[in-house]
Amino acid sequence: MRKQLMKGNEAIVRSAILAGCRAFYGYPITPASEITEAAAEFLPRVGGVFLQAESEVAAINMLYGASSAGVRAMTASSGPGISLMQEGISYMAGAELPCVIADITRGGPGLGNIAAEQSDYHQVVKGGGNGSYHTLVLAPSSAQEMADLTALAFELADRYRNPVVVLADGFVGQMMEPVEFPQRATAPQTPAWAVTGTAESRGNLITSLHMGSDELEAHIQHLESKYRRAEREEARAEDWRTGDAEIVLVGYGIVGRILKAVTAEARAEGIPVGLLRPITLYPFPTRNFQRLVPRARVFLVVEMSNGQLVEDVRLALNGARPVEFFGRMGGNVPSHGEVLALVRRLARQYGVVMEREEERMAHV
Amino acid sequence: MSSEFISEYEVIHAKPKAFYETYARKDELQHQTHYCPGCGHGTIHKMLAQAMDEFGIKDRTILISPVGCSVFAYYYFDVGNVQAAHGRASAVATAVKRSRPESIVISYQGDGDLAAIGSAEILHAANRGEPIAVIFVNNAIYSMTGGQFAPTTLIGQKSTTTPGGRSAIHEGYPLHVSELLATLEAPMYIERVGLGDNRQIAQASRAIRRAVENQVRGLGFSFIEVLSPCPTIWRLSPVESQRWVREVMEKTYPLAVFRDRTKDAQPRPMPQEPPALDTIPQIIGVANGDVPEDSAIRHEPVTDVDLHVRVAGFGGQGVLLLGEVLAEAGLDAGLEVSWLPSYGPEMRSGTSNCHVRLSREPIDSPLVTAPNVLVAMNEPSLKKFDKSVQARGWVIYNGDAFPPECVREDVHVLALPFTQIADALGDARAANMVMLGALLEIADALPQTSVDAALRRLVKNPRFFELDERALARGRELYRESVREVCHAG
Repeated sequence: MRKQLMKGNEAIVRSAILAGCRAFYGYPITPASEITEAAAEFLPRVGGVFLQAESEVAAINMLYGASSAGVRAMTASSGPGISLMQEGISYMAGAELPCVIADITRGGPGLGNIAAEQSDYHQVVKGGGNGSYHTLVLAPSSAQEMADLTALAFELADRYRNPVVVLADGFVGQMMEPVEFPQRATAPQTPAWAVTGTAESRGNLITSLHMGSDELEAHIQHLESKYRRAEREEARAEDWRTGDAEIVLVGYGIVGRILKAVTAEARAEGIPVGLLRPITLYPFPTRNFQRLVPRARVFLVVEMSNGQLVEDVRLALNGARPVEFFGRMGGNVPSHGEVLALVRRLARQYGVVMEREEERMAHV
Repeated sequence: MSSEFISEYEVIHAKPKAFYETYARKDELQHQTHYCPGCGHGTIHKMLAQAMDEFGIKDRTILISPVGCSVFAYYYFDVGNVQAAHGRASAVATAVKRSRPESIVISYQGDGDLAAIGSAEILHAANRGEPIAVIFVNNAIYSMTGGQFAPTTLIGQKSTTTPGGRSAIHEGYPLHVSELLATLEAPMYIERVGLGDNRQIAQASRAIRRAVENQVRGLGFSFIEVLSPCPTIWRLSPVESQRWVREVMEKTYPLAVFRDRTKDAQPRPMPQEPPALDTIPQIIGVANGDVPEDSAIRHEPVTDVDLHVRVAGFGGQGVLLLGEVLAEAGLDAGLEVSWLPSYGPEMRSGTSNCHVRLSREPIDSPLVTAPNVLVAMNEPSLKKFDKSVQARGWVIYNGDAFPPECVREDVHVLALPFTQIADALGDARAANMVMLGALLEIADALPQTSVDAALRRLVKNPRFFELDERALARGRELYRESVREVCHAG
């Protein structure tokens, strides 16, 4: 079949439905509203529920209800709305309820603006709600990945009984690229733990409340064991031309795409540059970073924020290599030119060995 | 109390079946509740459990417990249990019921939970007429947290956070939730009852039974407010507490049926059967048959395709459509493509632009910061982007007077009054397609069949399709005609 030209935001909803999502509770916000609008159009037609809630607070708690009832459920929002959802996300992680949340990040703090930023990293990856929990976080960089990672998000949410966030920026949400979908819709089984209003599920209880101190500690340790398993099994990253890279560019989402172009341009100049693009932001692909330490002289993290991902890169490298940072904010995008200029400066500063002419020609 | 009144009731010395035999989820004292002596919750729980027994709905029932003293309702009710965040029970109940329409969903909430932090959720659940039953336990105080002021606290009533008593000037007036919800169209049944004496208790039991029955009958939103004693926080004996409900609370909160539309109500329609699984790709427009195959005629590009196009103009000039037709045509021709609309602060300022990439290779960045073709549909757009055009790139400009300050020695320029040309074709709005025609002729990378296919997909109106086809052809022709006149520098 031929691929379809489609916005990332539209791809998310179609992929979610194919993955068995039958409940969408949302609240409009730029630049995520296309997701909510597409859900309003399609979910009722596939026997699902769509409801525009009175607030993001209500929307995430409706997800809590739908998920408690054993239905695959999702919502979509952007920074300010995600802030309001943090209460429910914490409750869902505590009550071990799966759900998928798409965050199409915009400018902040506060009302900020509606342009694309990557400044929700901290609130999403580190968890903005209370308590010892994590959300699993996937970071698509293309319309196709919006579809693929949404499907993966539903699988992971069920596998780990935990909220999963698809963290994208306004560009990835708004841009159209060719997208291909599986031709089969999945019908997930109702989980045995769900409360469905049947004799079999009557003994089930959904709660995040654990009154005894030992009881709560044991519960948190149980959650932690899931996160450790996710760290072992689910971390993903795209390595691109990192094999011989002395400068490793790091960026996720749309920035990963820009850095790919920069990598090609720097290589053409003989600078051995590679790109490491985290696809899972939690669990963080720590081993992918450590593998590059022997060859790399410096890591350059580029973000559309004041430097949030960079903290995880520093933790992953644990001082083994210097980590430089370049960020643009407010809807400004790091341009190829400014990143390339920085790469050239780093090549001089860190004594990067330029490729010989014949090696360079091999890339062209 | 008259004997005929109580004769309606059979005395049963047993727990309702909807309660667990022993409360295994409790740590200790598993034969008794955690509620204080004289607390209304135990009584209300029993009424609810009896109603569940009566309708035989224990297996179908899902109880949403709140945050407050009744947070542990799931210790007692042998039904499906979901415990919600503070104030959110009505939102949780909404989705549980919509997910499981056959189930009986009961949202059990206190006055801090429902009337304060959850006021938005209850208002909207009621306004949507969610077919659930809400039991609202009003004791005019936050009890679980030790006696703080609630929206339902009476004027003059002392609490730990209104130590001098509630003052209307400072905290406003007690919130009449039942009356408030009765202003809405959707609710089916709203009643306020009390636990002030046996007569009130009997009526409360009937009301709760009624709310459950409404849901069993498939009717809409039912709301029962119960004025309920809290001897511990009120610092009164259980008997005095009941009297306080009767003699003090009731003055502020009169007992009444505020809404009853159950008599002529019809059951709400149940959702239809979902469509068969194998029809879903088609329903959401991703089935194989929905996507046309690539054009049969393959066109070998004259040169390797690597288009970095920026299209810019006023909103309404068809900037985005121009880019979309180009991207669709590229996809049809088997190329890698991306299309990115102007996005962010600039999109509200009346100007519009988009980035389009077409390449034989996978597209690295979809952002076009250095275009090799700039389509500038007006002067401000030209001035905004002309410096970014790559050397030996092209500027296609809508205007015959090319601004002298934009002249560059190292780029090709095709400047024509495209709007007037389109007007002559029948509609000035087709200027975007005339310019696209010129671009296509310059780039010489796409077969016309692919362009036709893209246009057919994006322009459904036959009149505009025909116009756009002529506009594209005119654009190609204009480039060919003007090619000798254009200065090729660099």
